[in-house]
Amino acid sequence: MSEKQASFSLTPFRQLMPVIRRHGWPLFLAIATNVLLAGIDLIIPLLQSRAVDRFILNGTLEGFGGYLAQYLLLMAAELALLLVYFKSCMKTEMCIGRDLKEACFVNLQRLSIDYYNVTSAGHSLSRVMSDTDRIAAAAAWTFPNVIWALAYIPGVYAVLLSQHAGLALTMVVLAPVVAALTVFFQKRLIALNREVRAQHSKITAGYNEGIMGAKTSKTLALEDRLCAEFERTTSRMAQAGIAHGRMRAIYVPLIVLCGTLAASATLGLGGNLVLSGGLSIGVLSAFMTYALSLFQLFRQMATFISQLISLQANVERVAELMHRKPTVTDRPDVVDTYGDCFAPRTENWEEMRGEVAFEDVSFHYTQGGEEVLRHVNLHVPAGTSVALVGETGAGKSTMVNLVCRFFEPTGGRVLIDGRDARERSQLWLHSHIGYVLQEPHLFSGTIRENIRYGRPEASDAEVEAAARAVNVDRIAQKLPRGYDTDVGECGDKLSTGEKQLISFARALLARPAIFVLDEATSSVDTQTEQMIQQATATLMRGTTSFIIAHRLSTVRQADVILVIDRGGIVEQGTHEELLAAGGAYHALYTTQFSKQARQDA
Amino acid sequence: MTEKWKKKARLLAHHLRPAASALCAGVLAAMLATLLRTAFTQVIRFAVDGVLLGDVSDLPAFAQALDTPSLLGAACALAVVIALAEFAVSYVQDVSLPKGSERFVKSLRDALYSRIQRLPYGWHVQNSTGDIIQRCTSDVEVVRTFVMDQLLDLLSTLFLLVVYMAVMFTMNVPMSLLAFAFVPVILGYSAVFYSRVSVKYREADEAEGALSTVVQENLTGVRVVRAFGRERGELEKFREKNNRYTDIWLHLGDWLSAFWTLGDMMSIIQVFAIVVLGVHMCVAGEITLGVYLAFVSYTRQLTWPVRRLGRVISEMSKAGVSIDRLLYILESEEEQPVQAPRQADLHGEIRFEHVSFAYEEKAVLRDVSFAIGGGQTLGIFGGTGSGKSTIALLLSRLYDPDAGRITIGGVDVRDIDLRALRRGVGVVLQEPFLFSRTLAENIAIACEGAAQADVRWAAQEACLDASVGEFVDGYETVVGERGVTLSGGQKQRVAIARTLLSGAPVMVFDDALSAVDAKTDEAIRTHLRQAAGGATLILIAHRVATLMQADRIIVLEDGQIVESGAPEALLAQGGIFARAARMQAVTGEEADA
Repeated sequence: MSEKQASFSLTPFRQLMPVIRRHGWPLFLAIATNVLLAGIDLIIPLLQSRAVDRFILNGTLEGFGGYLAQYLLLMAAELALLLVYFKSCMKTEMCIGRDLKEACFVNLQRLSIDYYNVTSAGHSLSRVMSDTDRIAAAAAWTFPNVIWALAYIPGVYAVLLSQHAGLALTMVVLAPVVAALTVFFQKRLIALNREVRAQHSKITAGYNEGIMGAKTSKTLALEDRLCAEFERTTSRMAQAGIAHGRMRAIYVPLIVLCGTLAASATLGLGGNLVLSGGLSIGVLSAFMTYALSLFQLFRQMATFISQLISLQANVERVAELMHRKPTVTDRPDVVDTYGDCFAPRTENWEEMRGEVAFEDVSFHYTQGGEEVLRHVNLHVPAGTSVALVGETGAGKSTMVNLVCRFFEPTGGRVLIDGRDARERSQLWLHSHIGYVLQEPHLFSGTIRENIRYGRPEASDAEVEAAARAVNVDRIAQKLPRGYDTDVGECGDKLSTGEKQLISFARALLARPAIFVLDEATSSVDTQTEQMIQQATATLMRGTTSFIIAHRLSTVRQADVILVIDRGGIVEQGTHEELLAAGGAYHALYTTQFSKQARQDA
Repeated sequence: MTEKWKKKARLLAHHLRPAASALCAGVLAAMLATLLRTAFTQVIRFAVDGVLLGDVSDLPAFAQALDTPSLLGAACALAVVIALAEFAVSYVQDVSLPKGSERFVKSLRDALYSRIQRLPYGWHVQNSTGDIIQRCTSDVEVVRTFVMDQLLDLLSTLFLLVVYMAVMFTMNVPMSLLAFAFVPVILGYSAVFYSRVSVKYREADEAEGALSTVVQENLTGVRVVRAFGRERGELEKFREKNNRYTDIWLHLGDWLSAFWTLGDMMSIIQVFAIVVLGVHMCVAGEITLGVYLAFVSYTRQLTWPVRRLGRVISEMSKAGVSIDRLLYILESEEEQPVQAPRQADLHGEIRFEHVSFAYEEKAVLRDVSFAIGGGQTLGIFGGTGSGKSTIALLLSRLYDPDAGRITIGGVDVRDIDLRALRRGVGVVLQEPFLFSRTLAENIAIACEGAAQADVRWAAQEACLDASVGEFVDGYETVVGERGVTLSGGQKQRVAIARTLLSGAPVMVFDDALSAVDAKTDEAIRTHLRQAAGGATLILIAHRVATLMQADRIIVLEDGQIVESGAPEALLAQGGIFARAARMQAVTGEEADA
């Protein structure tokens, strides 16, 4: 823990500066108004002391009108400044928050698939949503407050010393004591607070597990054990909370005590001065007002500063996300011609025929890691359907990922329409691909919107035609609002099979030159199963397709079957050819095929 | 209505019990601290009037006898004593209140967790996980805030008002009237504002939710976004939601700024009014300087608690909703333990006799009867929605049948101790859950203290051993929420190993290999009978191949048994099972002996 503090660094803070500087004006206003407010806060006790000395002690109301006018003017100024201050802080907070979120999101669109393979969605989501919010709030509120305290505390001392240097001495002497106490306790409070937060996240995790795993723990009769474990966690949480409370219970009253002691001393020393005629009662009362509040400011400033320090983790996470470099990038000259993913220059785009070739392609995921593909050579003419078969981990998905350019080959090259894939932009390639995942993913919105995701400019008629081609019309008919039925978050209101079919329609509508499909192994009922097979056949026809095949019907229909094993193509040909050859495919066929098939035959 | 409120109060009272002593100490200390703070101001008042101005008329007799320097010394000494006393009292307050708060929340959290664990299976099916977690975390926090901040704040502010009122009215009536005239205004203003603004907060929350959904879906669907080249469209969608969220907050910010400024204005005017009237009265000789200073000080100390009180009052209604949301969990009925449980031989025959079961008024099983001898293998075949999974749930009493009965070894399952039954019937669900612990602990979770060799044996039988070898930490790899995420197939294999290791006399595999690739599926199936030892096996599947080694198969359609017999007999019979076998063979659904 102490190591963490020791490694405090300004670099990540500096990395966010461009975004913060963009809203420098409201931030400056917030700081400026806050400093002016500190000035007014300083003057008010003095102004009130003048009422005592000038009017009450003299027993006269002469000039009271003028005094009140001054007072009111100051108040009006304070209110005006407050209004500007609040609005500037709000504006700073929201605008910085918005821009940080956008910067994160933009970079997330650029990052390559390898990032997503190792980072959970929840992790990235909390960076985009909550880390940015915390940074924005601190920049807009905590930071100006630190400046305020930095202006106010010396200001109080300046006023005290200028009014009566001798009497100010008590508070000058106490200042280092309070500062030392604050440093001592803050360190411990921060550590204890970290423990509280750690325990708190354990409780949330405990609930998560207890609720999501409830069905499983019932089947295993684990209820008593889990309850006992959870109670231990809540006990630790309570202990951590109480320990933090106990430390705070010494520190906060101690600071208050310093203030009241300073006020008492001021009363004694100042009282004698008043009696000897060396001090006015008004000034004495002002001194006591300052004394009672001064040391609270030390505490507040410590809180602000520790808040800023604890922000480091958030800042690091956001800066890291904003500045992380994608592993798959387009060359500068490619971007010049083809544009990037946000500003494509479609006027320079060629049509794609769909010819794909692998030239001596090798691939490994991590530097020095095991080769997943080894010197693969392959030529797929446009319009050919290719079925990839083989065991889990053989390299089928990797080949498909390379066709999609989700990764770059570590050796050799992938050619699209005869040219190295790197010679054209990722967006150009992706805009010509139709993609269906093993686990279908839909977006919130209607069925129609989801199908249209494949090609936003498609007409309703085209959307429905695509839907009909893969039997989505049968799903739509069953639903109360047809194609305009909301599918829920991530399509949760639909079954897996239904989602699968909609994702087929989406791919079909995209009119891809290359079609990529990772066939589902998950179980759906027989009727949906048949509908999915028809959809697959529809999509394969006449389009270059790469299919990680689990169904024999798909394999049989393919123009070429590739048998992949240990990172290489071990056999290649049609179903009949390969069966006749009696090699790896034959072996695979017999293990994956049933006794019943033989009985049928 | 009143019954509802009583229920809420009872809930709070019950969980406040362990916190009661700490909370009482804390509240008493807080009250004492208020009294001491009031006294401190009074000491200053007497010091100003009695010592500095020499007007001893208000002082007690013994003090009047002292000379001026000793009087000043006495006042200072008294101030120091009060300061020290306040320190001691504040310490007690600040130690006790967090203690009370933590104890209260612990009691509530434990009660929720324990209830959730003991609620029936059906309850968990009906309620969404996210919603329940929300109740256990956010709603608990709302209730804690209600008790610790709002209720106690209300109490201590009211006490402060009463004490200040008493002291101030004793000093001077017109000044007090003026000072307190502002209290209802500020209070009302805060309360009205906060109740108004809560509507806007809700709007902002919704906008935030919409923004969060866009990001979430973008992240989880990143492959789809990329493969369709839709980064630009996604950015536009994000920007729209992000701007909307920002705009709502900026608008809200204008409101809040105006409110805060107006609130400050009222406080400033209150102090200003006291200064104006006070100076006039001092000059007219109606109050002393000490009294004037005390009034300025008290008025300033009144402002913040009153403003906070307005907010508290307007926000207290939120707690009612949250308590209701907690009561929903705490009042749901737990599974009842079996009265006078009977011993049963779980290795014995399993018998379903005329069992019917409906879920949400839809018949799932209709008059199902079958029997399977101990140690035998039963296959249950059927399509989605045929009711085949329900049989597993009924057997382990995750649900009870509406009609008919189920016996194991001749004893009705409803007469067997629930824990013994569930431990004895090892059900592997299609989507098993792994706990946030190591792989070894997950596999051994149902039989604590299993030897490492046994864990490995179970993992080998479930074809998991090789996968485990790929992890750096091997069997010590932490999985689940806070660890490595396993694939669906790996999870299923862990669950299978878990059940095999438990050595339960009955093992039910409910489509438990659906996410495993064909070769591994086959390998596990070949071992399964042997690995299960003498256990009675029930295999539930829609793949024909999975069931071919069963002694007997029953085929379910629409909740009824339509075919039953040995696999070969069913194939020969040419019914549903035979048709499915042919179709799965043609479509490459792997199936073999």
